[in-house]
Amino acid sequence: MILNDEVQMLRRVPLFSGIDAAKLKLLAFASNRVCYREGQELFHQGDEGDAAYVVLSGVVDVYKAGPSGDEKIASAGCCSVVGEIAILCGTARNATVKASTAVEALRISKDCFLKVLSTCPRSMAETMRVVGQRLAHSH
Amino acid sequence: MEKSLARYIWDHTRPQQLFILLIVALSMIPYYLAFDLPKQIVNGPIQGSGFDQPGDTELFMPISFDIPFWGHVELYGGLPLERMPSLLALSLTFLVLVIINGLFKYYINTYKGRLGERLLRRIRYELVDRILRFPPKYFKHVKAGEVSSMVKDEVEPLGGFTADAFVQPALLGGQALTALIFIFIQHFWLGFIAFAMAMIQVGIIPRMRRRLIELGRERQITARQLAGRVAEIVDGIGTIHAYDTSNYERADIAARLGHIFRIRYDIYQWKFLVKFLNNFLAQLTPFLFYCIGGYLTIVGKLDVGQLVAVINAYKELPGPLKELIDWELVRQDVQVKYEQVVEQFDADNLIEPEIQALNAANGTMLNHPLSATNLVLEDDIGGRVLEHVSVKISPGETVAIIGTAASGGDRLAEALGRIIWPAGGKVTAGDDDLYALPESVTGRRISYASPDAYFFHGSLEDNLLYGVKHAPVEPAAYKGAASDQRKWDVLEAQRSGNPDFDLKGNWIDLETLHANGSAGLFGSMMAVLDIVELSDDVLQLALHSTLPADAEVAPAVAAEIVALRRDLREELNRRDMNNLVIPFEEDAYNTEAPVAENLFFGMMPDPKASTRAIVKTSYFRNIMRESGLGDALFKMGQGIAESTVELFKDLPPDHPFFEQLTYMRGDEIPTYQHLLQRLRHNATPSDEDRIALIRLSFFYVEPRHRFGVLDEALMRKIVEVRHQFHANLPPELQGYIERYDPNAYLTSGTLVDNIVFGKLNHRYSDAVPKLREIGGDLLRKRPELYRALMALGLESNVGAGGRRLNNLQRLKLSLARALIRRSDYYIFNRPLSGLDHHLQEHIVEAALAFLAKSGDNPAVVWVLSNTPLAKHFKRVLAFDGGTLVEDGAYDTIVESGTVYKQLIA
Repeated sequence: MILNDEVQMLRRVPLFSGIDAAKLKLLAFASNRVCYREGQELFHQGDEGDAAYVVLSGVVDVYKAGPSGDEKIASAGCCSVVGEIAILCGTARNATVKASTAVEALRISKDCFLKVLSTCPRSMAETMRVVGQRLAHSH
Repeated sequence: MEKSLARYIWDHTRPQQLFILLIVALSMIPYYLAFDLPKQIVNGPIQGSGFDQPGDTELFMPISFDIPFWGHVELYGGLPLERMPSLLALSLTFLVLVIINGLFKYYINTYKGRLGERLLRRIRYELVDRILRFPPKYFKHVKAGEVSSMVKDEVEPLGGFTADAFVQPALLGGQALTALIFIFIQHFWLGFIAFAMAMIQVGIIPRMRRRLIELGRERQITARQLAGRVAEIVDGIGTIHAYDTSNYERADIAARLGHIFRIRYDIYQWKFLVKFLNNFLAQLTPFLFYCIGGYLTIVGKLDVGQLVAVINAYKELPGPLKELIDWELVRQDVQVKYEQVVEQFDADNLIEPEIQALNAANGTMLNHPLSATNLVLEDDIGGRVLEHVSVKISPGETVAIIGTAASGGDRLAEALGRIIWPAGGKVTAGDDDLYALPESVTGRRISYASPDAYFFHGSLEDNLLYGVKHAPVEPAAYKGAASDQRKWDVLEAQRSGNPDFDLKGNWIDLETLHANGSAGLFGSMMAVLDIVELSDDVLQLALHSTLPADAEVAPAVAAEIVALRRDLREELNRRDMNNLVIPFEEDAYNTEAPVAENLFFGMMPDPKASTRAIVKTSYFRNIMRESGLGDALFKMGQGIAESTVELFKDLPPDHPFFEQLTYMRGDEIPTYQHLLQRLRHNATPSDEDRIALIRLSFFYVEPRHRFGVLDEALMRKIVEVRHQFHANLPPELQGYIERYDPNAYLTSGTLVDNIVFGKLNHRYSDAVPKLREIGGDLLRKRPELYRALMALGLESNVGAGGRRLNNLQRLKLSLARALIRRSDYYIFNRPLSGLDHHLQEHIVEAALAFLAKSGDNPAVVWVLSNTPLAKHFKRVLAFDGGTLVEDGAYDTIVESGTVYKQLIA
């Protein structure tokens, strides 16, 4: 998969829908393509948030620590973003994300993520919507 | 130390000085004879006196004396010679005398030089010996740089002077006197003139130079301070950078240099004024000779031969005279320097030499209780940090000291470890004052460790074993020339008052180590490294270093490493993880490696320089041209440049995305933009443009950059050209590159490079920990290799003051260095402060268990930085405000004490 394909994928992410293609390509270039084996953790609840992930292929599961161990609260597949809340809010990871199949993802570092979003007002609105939704979802 | 330099020199070199004085006196005889000869030659054969008639003869070399109260003694009547043979004989005699004089000078100079060097060695040794014996307090006031500058530079001129201290005045005085007497004998009044002028010189010049000496002293002190400041800058470089005070330091140094310059310039002004006067006075005398001597000759009161001889002799006078004056100045100068240094090295309560006496026996045990009685400790400004503490620690006890940072517990530990001396009260071992016991007891039977431990420049192993090098226990074996060399070393050391302990001998007595069964020295080191959890660091140090080619074990280790490489590959296959590493294979393109690495396919010790050198050669350029790869890479580079320019052209240069751009600098974007524009208009690119674009392609890694410019066909092509490139690689290029060979060890790569032998797949973020885990498992199956690697890791250098280790490693090493010694008392003064609590607990537990099972039943006093760890100790001492407030068993202190509760609250 080359940069241009990744850009096509990123366009389908609602959070990035307002960003022009050139910026998305730059974002793709500045990000790392990462792979995870089945069962491998992308990040762990309580860790510091340093990057967000766009799932390119495969499925990831989201777990939250509960009284009876980790509870699976959601799954995410192609073109979904995980790990963005910790970056946007500057908090620790509020959930653990694990690959439930072999997963390929784009790892976008915190700096790059924020820089791209800040250039586009529409994205900011979208960001607020996403954050609000997640917060509503988690309470 | 002796205050007077002359006395110091005389005391240490008396027989040699007397001997050389005798030689100097002997040398005067041919010296005087050589004066007299020219007169004889001129007056005799040349002017013809005594050869009035052809066939007249004169006696050659009659030897006779007039001895007072005895009469005339004739040893040899002389050989009658005619005018020409007489001239020849006299001239030849002159030549012989010249040679004899030269030989005397040569012998005297070498003898003097050796004498001086020996004394310099003695002084330097004595100074360092005093440093080793200074009381600890002294070191709070001195700068290391100043002290080392004194030992190294300031005493240097003393060596040169030593040889001249007595010989020079005797020799020069003798020469001057000889010349003067000779002139006197020739003519009284001319002699008197020469004498008077000499007296004026000797009287006036040194007086004028007194100012010079004062300036010299000032120069010495300022230069020493400069050395101290420079050393401070080096030590404090981190702080200087952190607070942006580099310009303050620059200003300070510039001011000091300015001050030194002023002093030195002043010195020059005086020096050359004095020189001018000196020269003038020296030239005034010949003027008088020519004037008065000439007059006397014309009126016939002096013959020409006499005048020539007087003038000749006078030529010899200013030289010695000037040197004599110089000598006097040097004497004053070095005396001042010596006094300065001695003053600095003078301390009242030096440690007695007996306390530090060399003792190779390790039998003495310290099986008495260690007690502090009414102990008072003070800080530098006299404030009390410990007030009247009495405590007794019995052999075999484990004692925790708890309290806040300034509560005094750590000070007590310092006193027990003899780091500070008491201001009042006593520290005793049994009935003996701890400070009166020889260090061969206290420095071995008590082991002290604290976070501010110092590490010496050298290997990890040197530092780990530093604490057991008390005395040479076994002399080194020398053979042949080395044995002669050693004998010479010992003799010279004795002649200079230096000790002759052999540094190359074995200083490690296995008895003093916690020997681990039959594993000996190495086993002991491994055991303590495991306890402080430093083993993994040591292994990593080894893995990230290259194998020293001259090491004895190198071939065996290399073979094992290549085998381990195969094991790793198999293991990865077995676990279905072979995508973590893309191995280097002869006929395959390594997708995770850049194009250049795929093309050159080898390890380069210095990739930048090697690549630059290789691409310049016509060999490489021909291959690139003929294979067509040059064109392909040029097109590829063009594609990369286009994509990059398109991505980055509108970005401000400080944008964080530029961090991802590794193959081009942000400010090069416009350059490439122009280049691409030129290419669009102009079909034939210049050489420079071609190189610039091909260079871009060299850095390209498809999975990372993802521009889609590297297809299968091109990869195959690159592999093809790789083979061509290596097929006929000219010898001059072979040094730049070591070809990847799956079955051979890469000598220019690190051990880790050799084991992995491929590129990590950067897409797997856990590649490094996974490989480390798998590699660790595999390594455990090869204990021989593990051992060799640990030995290699122990050889790595810790840098000045251990700075190449991180803080954590330094703390651990400091503790390990104390643990490896067999002692009766272990004093640990917050050795682990700064480590996380889990690690602290691990290490404290492991260390206590290790010491408990060692069989010596030692006592352990541990000042804890983490109070709850007190539970591992039987007895607890609680300090507060410089006093011991609670002392008892762990349970009582925890249950009924207040300090413990406050500390963990």
